[in-house]
Amino acid sequence: MIIAGFIFMGIGALFIVMANIGVLVFPDVYTRLQASSTCSTTAVFSILIGCMFFAGWGPITGKILVIGIFFFITNPISAHIIARFAWNKEMIPWRHTYHRKSAGSDDD
Amino acid sequence: MDLALELMVYFLVAGSSVSAIRIVIGPSIVDRLIGFSMVSAQVLALLAVLSVQAGRAIYLDVALVYDIFGFIGLLAITRYFSTRRENL
Repeated sequence: MIIAGFIFMGIGALFIVMANIGVLVFPDVYTRLQASSTCSTTAVFSILIGCMFFAGWGPITGKILVIGIFFFITNPISAHIIARFAWNKEMIPWRHTYHRKSAGSDDD
Repeated sequence: MDLALELMVYFLVAGSSVSAIRIVIGPSIVDRLIGFSMVSAQVLALLAVLSVQAGRAIYLDVALVYDIFGFIGLLAITRYFSTRRENL
């Protein structure tokens, strides 16, 4: 049980590092939103499962399970709301500006 | 086990302060909302870890209410700014 808790805590720490790097480095709203949403959901859910393994069987496990179910429903919904808000505000998605300099190509 | 929980507390505080940089330097409102969502998720995990570390089940009510208020706050902010006619 303790070993499984360590494994899930390690997975959560790894995904939090990846989410922070993605949110800081990525060039656009939509790519930042993708990094934030997926990595944050996975990381927080892994940390909650690790907390359940550490706490053992008791009232803490049930409350963490309720929090995990609520978070697992609401975080993709909030990401969808942010993406729809950005799309309705007509924010332009990021493209490679590499092809735009060549005159003949019309693929972007 | 205690060492892992202690390290995870420091790690989550560092991660939430790193993703608060996106709130400060975000060029538009959507970037600030993304930073707000990240900070909210990491503080939720921090509250759960602190509750397990203290061994008290009643601290988790704070985490649940914090998560609900973060979601409702995000809904309110998007609904407020979707009715305004201005450049972001």
